Parts: sequence; C-alpha cells; structure tokens
Amino acid sequence: KKSRHSTLNHLSFEGVWPLPQAFTSSTERYPLNPQAFYFGYGKQSAAQQGCSVLDTAFKRYFSLIFPDYSSVDQWAFVDKPFLVEVSVDQDDCESYPQEDSSEKYNLSVCEGKASLKAETVWGAVRGLETFSQMVYQDDFGSYFVNKTEIEDFPRFQFRGILLDTSRHYLPVQAILKTLDAMAYSKFNVFHWHIVDDPSFPYQSSTFPDLSSKGAFHPMTHIYTQSDVRRVISYARLQGIRVLPEFDSPGHTKSWGKGQSDLLTPCYRGSTPSGTFGPVNPVLPSTYQFMEKLFKEVSSVFPDSYIHLGGDEVNFSCWKSNPDVRAFMQKMGFGADFTKLEAFYIENIVNITSALNKTSIVWQDVFDYHEKIPEDTVLHIWKGLPEVYQTELSRITKAGKRVLLAAPWYINHISYGQDWRNYYTVQPQNFSGTEEQKKLVIGGEVCMWGEYVDATNLNPRLWPRASAAAERLWSDEKQTSSVDSAFPRLQDFRCKLVRRGIQAEPLYVGHCKHEYQGV
Amino acid sequence: MFGSTKKLGLSKSRRTGPSELTELQVWITSPDSECDDYPSVTSDESYELSVDLPFAVLKAPKVWGALHGLETFSQLLYEDEYGAKSVNATTISDFPRFAHRGILLDSSRHFLPIKVILANLETMAMNKFNVFHWHIVDDQSFPYLSRTFPQLSQQGAYHPYTHVYTPADVKMVIEFARLRGIRVIPEFDTPGHTQSWGKGQKDLLTPCYSGSKPSGTFGPINPILNTTYDFMNQFFKEISTVFPDAYVHLGGDEVDFTCWRSNPDIQQFMEQHRFQTRLQLLDIVTTTNKGYMIWQEVFDNGVKLKPDTLIHVWKGNQEQYQNEMANVTSSGYQTLLSTPWYLNRISYGQDWHGYYKADPQDFKGTEEQKKLVIGGEACLWGEYVDATNLTPRLWPRASAVAERLWSAKDVTDINDAFNRLSMHRCRMVERGIPAEPLFSSYCPREYKGI
Repeated sequence: KKSRHSTLNHLSFEGVWPLPQAFTSSTERYPLNPQAFYFGYGKQSAAQQGCSVLDTAFKRYFSLIFPDYSSVDQWAFVDKPFLVEVSVDQDDCESYPQEDSSEKYNLSVCEGKASLKAETVWGAVRGLETFSQMVYQDDFGSYFVNKTEIEDFPRFQFRGILLDTSRHYLPVQAILKTLDAMAYSKFNVFHWHIVDDPSFPYQSSTFPDLSSKGAFHPMTHIYTQSDVRRVISYARLQGIRVLPEFDSPGHTKSWGKGQSDLLTPCYRGSTPSGTFGPVNPVLPSTYQFMEKLFKEVSSVFPDSYIHLGGDEVNFSCWKSNPDVRAFMQKMGFGADFTKLEAFYIENIVNITSALNKTSIVWQDVFDYHEKIPEDTVLHIWKGLPEVYQTELSRITKAGKRVLLAAPWYINHISYGQDWRNYYTVQPQNFSGTEEQKKLVIGGEVCMWGEYVDATNLNPRLWPRASAAAERLWSDEKQTSSVDSAFPRLQDFRCKLVRRGIQAEPLYVGHCKHEYQGV
Repeated sequence: MFGSTKKLGLSKSRRTGPSELTELQVWITSPDSECDDYPSVTSDESYELSVDLPFAVLKAPKVWGALHGLETFSQLLYEDEYGAKSVNATTISDFPRFAHRGILLDSSRHFLPIKVILANLETMAMNKFNVFHWHIVDDQSFPYLSRTFPQLSQQGAYHPYTHVYTPADVKMVIEFARLRGIRVIPEFDTPGHTQSWGKGQKDLLTPCYSGSKPSGTFGPINPILNTTYDFMNQFFKEISTVFPDAYVHLGGDEVDFTCWRSNPDIQQFMEQHRFQTRLQLLDIVTTTNKGYMIWQEVFDNGVKLKPDTLIHVWKGNQEQYQNEMANVTSSGYQTLLSTPWYLNRISYGQDWHGYYKADPQDFKGTEEQKKLVIGGEACLWGEYVDATNLTPRLWPRASAVAERLWSAKDVTDINDAFNRLSMHRCRMVERGIPAEPLFSSYCPREYKGI
C-alpha cells in the first residue's frame, strides 16, 4: 500500500505533512479543473459566507491548490464541477484561537465533492491545509485528488515557533512569511520573543522611550502598534495564536536605555561601576512600571497567555549592589538570591494574573522554587534528553503543565541531516504517570536570533521545523520511522518551495520547480 | 555606490560644493589593457588609488586592476545620518598576495539556476575573488548540455529541459565572469564521481562484477576500452573550446578501486600491461592543450603529471594538509589549498574565525616552495545546498577567505576583522545579497528580498 510516486498509484495522504491521525484512501482519483472548482459552506454550518477566517482561507487555498492557474487560461472546457463543502459546528469566526480550541476535522473526498467538517473554523482551516496538500499534478499538469477519508486532530494543543526579534530585527514581511509557512505545517502558536538585551524594537504607547532609546534604530528597526496589530490579525486568519514574551528580570539591557532606574546599577566595591544588571527588584518604581507596561501588553496582545521569561538571571550584579543587599536582609532572604528572584517573579505573575492572563515562564523559574499559580506553564529548554526528561518528570509531578523546547533549538545548526534528530524526539518519554504525561501540552521550535536575520531565516527554519511539526501533530506510532518520513519530507519541502517558502534541501536531489531567487 | 539614494533630477544649475568630489579618473597604464582578453593566473591585478581634490585617480596596468580599484573606491564611501555620502582623502597601493583566489560551487548534487550563479559571481567580485571553479557534473546529475554528446544531459540531468545548462547559459556565465575579472574553470571530475555520465553514454562506466557475473551496478570510468578514449578525446575537445580558460580541473578524487578489481577484463588488462597502480590508468585519460588542476589523490598515488599541473589539496586535519602542502611543493608542483575552507561544513557560532586564521603558506618549507602556493579556494559542496540557502551560507564566511588570499600575511587581528567584516556584510546586504549576520547586530538597511 505504501507505493511511491507513479502517477498511476499516487496515494494522496502520503503527500500530507504532518501525517493525519486516521485515513483510508484508494487509488481512485478525480480530476480537478480550476475553472470548475468551488468552495462553499454547508447548509448546516454555523459559519456562513461573511466569515472572515474561512472566506479568506478559500481565496488563499485556491491559489495554493492551483499554482499554475491564471485567469487567462480559458481553453479548458468546463466539465464536472468540484465542490469543497465546509461545515463548522461553532461560529467562532470573529474570535481568536484559544489554547483549547478544537482543531479536529473530518475530510471526505469523493467524486465531485469534498466534505470538510469541523467543530471550529480553526479545525476547518487545518482541513483546508490538508486538502491543499492532497491535490497533485501529473506530468501534463492536470490536477487530481484521490478518494480519501480522513479523521484528523493534533496530538498536542500547543505547537509553536519562537522567533527572536531582538538579537536581529526581523522586518514585518519576514514574520508574515513565517506565519504562512507555519500554517503549511499546522503550527498554531507564534511565540514572539520580541525584546531582549541587544535591542527593544517594540514601540510602547505608554513608554515610547523604550524603543526610541532601546531599538537598534528608533525609526527603521521598530514594530509600531500598527505592525503588531498586523501580525496578530494575519496570524489569526491562519489559526495561529501570538504569544508575546517580555523576558525579565534578566535579558533586559535594552530596557534600561529608555527607562532609567529600571535596571540594577552594579557596584565595584562601594561605587557604581557604570554598568547595569537585571531589573532592580527592590524599588517600588520597578513594579509600578511593570504594571503599566503589562497592562498595555495585555490589551495589545489578545491571547490569554503571556510569556514572562525568567531565565538566566545573573546574580553577581545584585550581589554587588548595597541597596539590594540591604533589601535581602530586610526580607530575611539571607544570601540566597534565588529567593530574591522568586520575589520578583511572583510580583510580576501577580500583575499578569490580575490582568487575567495565564503565564508561561522558562524552567528556571520552577528550578528556583518560585511560588507560581497552579496554571502557570513551564517552558523546558535546557539539556540533553537525559536532563530534560528528568525535568519533565519533576515538573509534571508537581502538577504543573509543561512545554518542551530543549530538543528543538534549531538555531543550533550542524552539518548533515539534523532534521532526523528533531523528528525522533519523544515528548512523553519520561518516567511518570498517565496524568503526568497529559500535562505535556506541547512543544516549541526555537530559532534564537544571534546568527539569524531575514537573510537566512527561511532556509534555516524550513523544512527542519516541519520535522518537529509532525512530531507535535501526528500519532507517534505511525510516525516512528525516520526513513519512511524522508521521502515524504523531501516532497513536502518541494511543495514549500513551490509555495514561495525558501526551504532548504534535506539531501541531494531536485524539485520539479526549483527556487528561482538568490 | 549610490544605489540607495533616490535619483535627484538633473539640475543644470546645480552648484557643486567647494569640497565635492565629482570625478574619478581611471588610467590604464600599460599599452595592452587586456580589455578583450580573458583573465589568467598571470594577470596583473594591481592598482593605485589616490582620492584627492580636484579629482580622484585610479591607475592600473591592466583592466583587472582597474576593476579591483573601482570596488575598493566604492567601499571607501560612507554615509552620515542624513544620507550624505563622503569619502576621505586616501592613497592606496594594492595587489593580491595570491594569484588564484577561488570559489567552488557544485551544480550536480543540486541544480543551481543561472540567476544564483550570476548573483554569486557579482558577490565574488565585491570580495576580489577571481576564480569560479565550476564543479558542474558529478555522480548525482549531469546538467551540462554537451553539443557533441547531448544524451549525457538528456539522460543524466535531473530533468532534460529544466535542470540543464545550455551552451547559451554557459556563455553567459563565462562572459559575466570575465567582465568582473573572474576566470571560469570547469571541473569534469573523472574517473570517479561519474555515475550520471553512464546514463547517457553506454559502456563508459566499468560494469562491476560479483563473482563471475556482472552485478548490474557500475563503477568509475572504464579505462581499458578504446571507446572510452574516443569519447574522452571528443568530449574534452569540446570542453576546451567552450571554456576559454587556460586551465581545466580534471578531478581525480575518491576513485573506488573495488569495481575495477572485480571486473575480470580490467584484471587481465592490468596484468598484460604491467601497471603497478590503478591510477596510472589516469595518464591516458585526457589530452587537451590546457593546463590541468587535479585533486591531491592523483599526486598522492604517484601518477606521472605534467610539470605545470596544479595540485588541489583538500584532505586531512591541519597537520595533514600542512604536510601535504610541503610534499607537493617539494616535488616542484604548484598547489592550491582548500582543506580548511570547506564552507559546506556548517556549525553553530562564528566559524569564520577558523577560515580567517588558516594560511596557505603555513607549512615547513623553503621560500621556493612557498612560492609554489598560488592560492586557495573556498568550497561549497552541494549535498545540502541549493539556491534556497547557497548565498547566506557562502557569505560573508567566504569573505574571511577572501581577505586571507588577497591581503598581506600579517593582517591577522581578528577583532579588527570582525568590525570591518560586519560593515562589509551590511554593504553586501545593501547591494541585494543576502549575506548572513556574524552576530547580534543590525544593518542600517536590512535585507528586503524575502
């Protein structure tokens, strides 16, 4: 049944990445004619024409399905029409995708018609993506789709990509292109690590100095409120959540440029050395500032989650500062600076909880025994499998939800087919109960920006991130063979290139339609 | 130089400011400018540049030096925060340390559309590279459309129409390169690395045997058939006319002897002709009037070589390649270094440091020997590279090699290099080349093409 690539025997579902959960298909196929191809809403569908998400999806997927089509082609004679009928149970068309939005869909392809049923519009978008990947062309350019039944849903709810726009500024176009490519692999969370030490490109309406003094350039290397809104609405139409990260108290050098007194002045002996460290946790002004900033961030970013960072805090500056030491004494923390960090993070989490947001923090926060609300999600990023598997056990044992990023730091490039390492990760392989395993809500591919900007982002991200995409969506047993995945991923990569995504090759070979740029 | 400035309308009444530089004079100082010639390894690439008022003067014996001088001049310009361009008074006298400064691209493991080849030739010129080593065919595909043997690409290319280089394509590459002072040296690697040749040329490759029967697979080129030599003679005759450079790269690397050994006809031939080593068969493989470049194996295996053969060192760790350089030069051959500059071998972090530090004359030898090192080549093998990721993978890492091959031996300050290379990288980006970043940073004009 696993036959490969003769036009006689093409099995459509094989061309779908990530692999759907359940499918049956046959070699019976139907021709598709772009001039007689329609999307429509089912009579029972809660969403009807006027639904922004699906109306734009229909338009988008038409071009993706028929890449050669231009309306100049009038020669094809219009024979039997083909209808893709979409029905959703809930009309959540004007809402944002949530952490628990259903992405389930059923797709049934038979003669003249494909029936796509889903609970939500987000599920329908996933189904349309699958359908678009099932259509193929023969050597003469004619389009076909095979008779198929698919029942599909994601294994994990949270399937994210992290982009870092602080180490290098990424033009908005580059972000939007990434969102397109994410949708092709069914990623559903864009984790926007928007600011960090090197630069602060986020233009805050409450604190405009943050970017005017902290960005690489106050005009050309910023994200205006309008840019941010654009990214959020573009993501929404593809069923992608935008999760902002304002990482503190470490990773905040650029914040201090536009907000004096925010960062801790480091001391050399009894005099300030002129350098600054993490956010100053002892001043009330710090928390007043954070409250105002997060109030703004909470309203600008509609997702119910917010990432607070909390990683890699260097204690030496705090230690050198006499006011900080005095505060430690007053609070009874002694010489344990993890307690000071815990104090800081707890305050920030209180701020964001009061704003009705759930927090995600890097694992460091848990490792420092900070008091955090039950529903805070821990983001695991450190170590080799032995190390992160232990961490998964520990954190889920404490009843907390986790996200796995450690094995998917794809900014760490190396020579050869490293996509195989990303594909063979087993996110639930750790010692723990079934209950604990359920606390793994998903994972994230991280593309840190030290060596990455718009010149090399796309080939570095794709198709390697797609290997993780299948691990996060598909059934583990059905996708246990890397060797079987290889030809499918090669094909999928050629599809990405055809769709204008500059995805690099896995190994020697060729695509029918090569990338024609530079 | 002025690409990013919006075009101001022609204004006849425009006064030039008192200290505005309005003219760069270019003088070719020798009677034969070589303008209509192809560049060669002996071309004079020197130039003198004097930026001064009332006009700047660029003097070079040949056009090749003038091209380099223009590139240098374009890099002297800088902008203030209002976008006004300035240049400082400068005197430069420049020439390359090594005459052969090359980039290898592999269009067999992945087909490379012409556009990406041309864009990289342009970038090579910005970096004063002067040799494009075109590893055009190999095991996986044969994209070169031969006039004499069109079936080679008809059967051997990934696709006979969309994944080939027509004679017109090849001409375009050669002329585009010439106008930028870049030589195009094709490599038709034999007798190994030739799987794709056998698709369109029956009986060219050796049939391997398992036991007494042919196994169905094929090995390197079959060295005992007369038809092989007829073919090779005709083929290389065509190559000699299509590619005007005085040198051709014959490959000669990684020849697997097991197939030859398994074939009874070859065994018999070897015994009859009393060949000591199998690679001596290489002697007869090609006859052209070009100079040859070959990979080091051919030398390592004791094959008799013409005295002007250029030996290309690519194997081993640092100690091993330094020994090889010493051996090759002590045998009197000219040599090129590539070993430390395999840019296809990517890793996390600032690997350009390693490329910058490597020096082709770093080995134990006499001054005479060191003179035989005529340069080096940065190689971007294509197993994991095609047009989607070629340019950011090549640049600016190859620029580190460029400086090592052009500039003086004692230009080694890595921190200073970082600052200058960062600026140079932004310059390439501004010119539309997606050269990747060195580290966290920004360019005033970021890369726009997505």
